[in-house]
Amino acid sequence: MTAPASAPKSPETTDTGAYLRVSDLRVQFPTEDGVVKAVDGVSFSVERGQTLGIVGESGSGKSVTSLTIMGLHNTKRARISGEILVGGRNVVGMSEEQTRRLRGRDMSMIFQDPLSALHPYYKVGAQIAEAFKVHHPNASKSEAKKRAIDMLGRVGIPQPARRADSYPHEFSGGMRQRAMIAMALVNDPDLLIADEPTTALDVTVQAQILDLLEDLQREFNSAIIMITHDLGVVAQVADDVLVMYGGRAVEFGSVEQVMRRPQHPYTWGLLASVPSLHGDAEADLVPIKGNPPSLINLPTGCAFHPRCRYAGRNGERSFTDVPELHQVKERGHLVACHLSEADRTKFYAEDIAPSAGVAQ
Amino acid sequence: MLRFITRRVLVGVVTLIAISIIVFGLFFAVPSSPAKVMCGKNCDAASIAAVETRLGLRDPIAEQYTSFMKGIFVGRTYAEGTAFEQRCDAPCLGFSFRNNEAVTSILGRTVPVTISIVFGAAILWLLIGVSLGMISALRRGTLFDKVAIGISLTGASMQVFFFGLILLYVLVYTSGILPFPSYTPFTDNPAKWAQGLILPWITLGFLNSAIYARLSRAQMLETLSEDYVRTARAKGLPLRRVYTKHALRAAITPIVTIAGLDIGASLGGTFITETIFGLRGLGKETVEAVSFLNLPIVVATVLLAAVFIVVANLIVDVLYAVIDPRVRLS
Repeated sequence: MTAPASAPKSPETTDTGAYLRVSDLRVQFPTEDGVVKAVDGVSFSVERGQTLGIVGESGSGKSVTSLTIMGLHNTKRARISGEILVGGRNVVGMSEEQTRRLRGRDMSMIFQDPLSALHPYYKVGAQIAEAFKVHHPNASKSEAKKRAIDMLGRVGIPQPARRADSYPHEFSGGMRQRAMIAMALVNDPDLLIADEPTTALDVTVQAQILDLLEDLQREFNSAIIMITHDLGVVAQVADDVLVMYGGRAVEFGSVEQVMRRPQHPYTWGLLASVPSLHGDAEADLVPIKGNPPSLINLPTGCAFHPRCRYAGRNGERSFTDVPELHQVKERGHLVACHLSEADRTKFYAEDIAPSAGVAQ
Repeated sequence: MLRFITRRVLVGVVTLIAISIIVFGLFFAVPSSPAKVMCGKNCDAASIAAVETRLGLRDPIAEQYTSFMKGIFVGRTYAEGTAFEQRCDAPCLGFSFRNNEAVTSILGRTVPVTISIVFGAAILWLLIGVSLGMISALRRGTLFDKVAIGISLTGASMQVFFFGLILLYVLVYTSGILPFPSYTPFTDNPAKWAQGLILPWITLGFLNSAIYARLSRAQMLETLSEDYVRTARAKGLPLRRVYTKHALRAAITPIVTIAGLDIGASLGGTFITETIFGLRGLGKETVEAVSFLNLPIVVATVLLAAVFIVVANLIVDVLYAVIDPRVRLS
């Protein structure tokens, strides 16, 4: 896993081993109010066995990115450019039938709310068997069912043969998400996209699900994209982290780099709004002021500048130039910010580090 | 599932008993005494009293209700031991005030007409309405969608008597393609039965299909945006299968409810349709009975309409449980 491939000045742009490679992806939705630039020039890649965490607020473009990889957006309404290579095949511009064959077999997805993502009218086992059978047309019904039960057992559902005949509403939240994972992995995909897989679950269950994903990743050696706004989740499971804001990548690095030595004021904001177990218990959380930007009418210059307390510290560039991702001193760590590296290090050490959550 | 059905049946029975009490109250709610109505205008007090005794109207109300209900289940004998003694076998709903015909035989003549009209029309409106709506939803924004919506808006805003008369004028009077509607029992001659009823079917079917088209389109669009439809696509299912197996089944559920209630309510009588096409069905019979204060018929038809609705509700509940496993729990 390396830096985003098309990032300017990035020294590491060639990793032929990556299973998924997204280059300069742009997704726009023309609407009556204007063009929504949901994703604006994002690049990254993930290897088998590795996990990329994509972090950002709602509307940062993280979910659109994943739906675009899966080809699940409305192709008629979205304008997509760039390149998405899944195992070497470019899915941008592929026909519905071609992406359909990849979906569920080479790449699969689990969603935020397993209750609404599972069909309420069909038995859990039947839904998993259906996912198997569609890519194994020669498999018999009983083979598919056996495979479904086997998968349910592997994701840790007790008495899988009996539970396969239950309906989703008879499962607990954690069990449902396990069933979703079983369904996503039934065809042994090389890429698994998990879109906020723990957000709708109880805290106690969240860790179990993340552990399960890690175990299964070791077993199946798949590449995982973990989309989340929860930095705790990222810290636990990701190898690399991509921070998105306003449809663009603002910071990229290994989990160690981004969590311990974050460079972008937005990342600082995310870290400061997470409670710390080790810091001062009395210290208040520091929320990021303001709201995520409108994707139709992004602020000029750096999209984050209206919410950034350091905007304008480096001339007027924050308000006029869109910052590109560039390499910081540390290899593989990229940031899109106009502040000088010295300033960033200083501000972080003085203002953020003392109170920030996860990393401290 | 069995427990679910049993409970629903019990609720239905209780509902019917409650309705029968209310309906029975009609006898006493009307401004005129039934005996007066039956006896006619030039009746002296003595003959009214005689009629009242004969009909048992002088008994305590509770007793009257029990004999009314007893009549339905085991039959009863009016004015027992007098010259007017009249046996009425179960299910006894009394005798028409006008010509003393047993109410059950009147119903036996009129109910099949209404049932024939309603079921034929319902098949049409469900087939046309639901498929138009589903196709519109899948082709949202296309010409097909717009035309279908336009037609259904026209249909929804038209009245039975207007559309029915136009059809009569065009298909019967002007071109003579169809004969004037008439009722032949299905058992006598199925072809003639269908030929005589095709106009009311088209009229009711088209007008109702408009509502169903709009409803199914809305339902289908809502279902298509559900997470589990996205999951079905994420699994790699072909779109056709996503639509038919995953979306359609969920979208059809509320339509089943409304169709059940609509059919149940229509069986109580389709007065306007029956009148336009000169068919003597339950609706026409009821309205006539009301205007003549022919209470036994009014009570019987109201009760029958209630039975239809309760039974339709029961069927809907059971169907719902068959379609949606979550319903079986509660």
